[in-house]
Amino acid sequence: MAHKSDMEHPPRRSAHAPLSARGEPYVWLLGGALAGGVVMIIGFLVLVTYNGLKAFWPRPVAVITMVDGARTAGEMVRTETYSLHSEAESSGQGTRSLYRVGNFDLTSEDFKWVDQPDVKSIQEPEDIVLVERLEWGPFIGTLVSASARETTTAAEKLDKNDLQELINQAHERREKIQLIQRGVLGDVNRDMEAVRLSLRWAAMEHGGDSREYASIEKEKSEETERLESEYARLSEEAARLDAEDAAITFTFADVSGREITIRQSGVVRMYWPNTQGILGKTGVYIARWWEFLTAEPREANTEGGVMPAIFGTFVMTVMMALLVAPFGVMAALYLREYARQSALVSLVRISVNNMAGVPSIVYGIFGLGFFAYGVGGWMDGWMYAERLPSPTFGTGGVLWASLTLALLTAPVVIVATEEALSAVPQSAREGSLACGASKWQTIRYIVLPKALPGIMTGLILAMARGAGEVAPLMLVGVVKLAPELPVDMVFPYVHLERSFMCLGFHIYDVGFQSRNAEAGKPMVFMTTLLLMSVVAALNAGAIIIRNRLKKRYVAGHF
Amino acid sequence: MSANSLSHHHEDPTIRHERKGEEGSLVSTEDFSLWYGDSQALYDVEMALEKGLVTALIGPSGCGKSTLLRSFNRMNDLIDGLRVEGSIKFDGHDIFAPDVDVIGLRKRMGMVFQKPNPFPMSIAENVGYPLRVDGVRDRKLIAETVERALKSSALWEEVKDRLDQSALGLSGGQQQRLCIARAIAADPDVLLMDEPCSALDPVATAKIEELIDELAGRYTIVIVTHNMQQAARVSHNTAFMYLGRLVEYGETGAIFTVPRADRTKEYVTGRFG
Repeated sequence: MAHKSDMEHPPRRSAHAPLSARGEPYVWLLGGALAGGVVMIIGFLVLVTYNGLKAFWPRPVAVITMVDGARTAGEMVRTETYSLHSEAESSGQGTRSLYRVGNFDLTSEDFKWVDQPDVKSIQEPEDIVLVERLEWGPFIGTLVSASARETTTAAEKLDKNDLQELINQAHERREKIQLIQRGVLGDVNRDMEAVRLSLRWAAMEHGGDSREYASIEKEKSEETERLESEYARLSEEAARLDAEDAAITFTFADVSGREITIRQSGVVRMYWPNTQGILGKTGVYIARWWEFLTAEPREANTEGGVMPAIFGTFVMTVMMALLVAPFGVMAALYLREYARQSALVSLVRISVNNMAGVPSIVYGIFGLGFFAYGVGGWMDGWMYAERLPSPTFGTGGVLWASLTLALLTAPVVIVATEEALSAVPQSAREGSLACGASKWQTIRYIVLPKALPGIMTGLILAMARGAGEVAPLMLVGVVKLAPELPVDMVFPYVHLERSFMCLGFHIYDVGFQSRNAEAGKPMVFMTTLLLMSVVAALNAGAIIIRNRLKKRYVAGHF
Repeated sequence: MSANSLSHHHEDPTIRHERKGEEGSLVSTEDFSLWYGDSQALYDVEMALEKGLVTALIGPSGCGKSTLLRSFNRMNDLIDGLRVEGSIKFDGHDIFAPDVDVIGLRKRMGMVFQKPNPFPMSIAENVGYPLRVDGVRDRKLIAETVERALKSSALWEEVKDRLDQSALGLSGGQQQRLCIARAIAADPDVLLMDEPCSALDPVATAKIEELIDELAGRYTIVIVTHNMQQAARVSHNTAFMYLGRLVEYGETGAIFTVPRADRTKEYVTGRFG
């Protein structure tokens, strides 16, 4: 009986939703996942920013007197505890501090660990000076005297303004010498090379014993003579200035009393870290940043600036964007608008998507083999035969790097463009076609403008990816130190065949390929910070352009 | 209504009434059938559109009226796997002949869609689009055309002060009148309207209907509509379609007052559809 009534009236549903149906636990899960990601990104940004920003801030210099009487001076980097493993005290913890001691030319070490038990006393004397030098890294010690030719002035008689004046004069002298050595002599050198190449070309064209060659040789020999005498004159001038400069020096002593004498022009910056106020420190900080952003690197990239790397990254990324945008958009237009949707098109689409997953080093190898050696080698044989065997385009260069990156990022642009195109409503296409527009006119006037913001988004992603790429670039044109920028004031102004520096590779080089990893550390953080800023700036630029386009095509005025 | 009459319905020939129109037909279909892949959408449609008059295509959803409309300017060409038999003649020429220039055909047939689809451009650029497509560069000519078309579509007074503003800022009804202006800017012969009022409110609908009345005579108009009162109000001739066949065709008054086919009678009296 009861059974029958159950059949007629199934049990009533519970009015209470079970916890799993409510969704709140999942909200926490989803929110937690997002928060985890955000925390990691912010943590990374804070770490890099903090370490990058503090690296240039002048720190006090401590002079440490050891129990055994030895003295060391340096900036403290960090303190750590470590386990003692000596036989005598087999257990327990020791404390030690790492000091940046500089004076590599005297002591052959930049950094020194100091065990706390060995320390007798630590002072911060006021007369300690920190000298940033063009060579050998920083010097920490005291200023003894300044000499100009025969006259020597003791340090006590020089105030800081006099010293700054001396350093400024020394910088002027250095710039003058550099102008001759790099600028003017470089120009003469280039002219001489041009003469040599034109002779070589004539020999190849007409034969080495032909009459044409003889006449060209005669014509050029005068020029060669003129250039050679010019070269000799300039070298002499440079040597004279250099000898003059060499006689103007500073003498320093380290805390143990060893003296060194260096040219005044070899001093980049000099300050008294223990007496500086906040203003002086800020001045040094800003000057260091300025040098970092505008100067060329020194000392195997661990000092100086990264300007060539910033410039190289910028040129490469912009060129890549200019190459990949038309290529990717055209490919996507064909796939989405023209190709009949078939199995073959699906296969092409899957392949394009898979291309995004190919390791970037593979693109590097392809770029080297196909672009540099293949296309570049052919161009050399065709256009620059007189320069062989030294390659012009037949080796890594900014053009090949940009092309390789364009290839690497093409899938991103193609996929984003396809998505943007498919988001354009069919009614817009139909409206245009019904007006008697051709397919191309419809794409040109209606579809592309509507899809443009989406296409720009893809391009932004591609640029971010390209600017941060390192592995393939090592094969197709990025070098540790490029003497010349890819764009300069020498005809034809843009030198696409030149190898270049980029920030991503600079990080790797400074952090892992330099003499002293500890010395490179701040540089790694700062370069990372800079690279992220460059990527952010490039993206911000693209986003601004995109938003303008969006506004233009969605509403408002024309 | 017996099951028997329903089953025979498909083979019934089109019932034809007297039609309005003295100038002859501009567009005519002959034995026109159409397939999307394997499924047939139109069966042997035979009808002639009278020059200068408004012809309404009515029928329940899926009856093929939009397909037929879109066949007139070959908008169906965009669909993969489309196949046609029979012919459509426009001004005496078969529009499916291999030598026909589809773009040229569409220039002579303006089209207005169910949902207003103004382009993301200014009002003036929208209306001038057909000229731009034709490569016209003469600014004065374009401006005159835009003004004339906007006046013809009764939109001029509302937008004359903001011709250079985005067309997307207009209301739905204004957008649809803008689309009509665009369709007539290049002075076509035929105006194809695919449920032009289905996305509009009654006031905007009334304006469009008024406009259709004014445009009749200058253009041969075909209007697809779900709204039977609208068909009765604006059209001269009406064609009732059902399941891909043209069931009954003739003067609008006759179709609505003395329909001869049972299906037509049921539909126009609102018993199904």
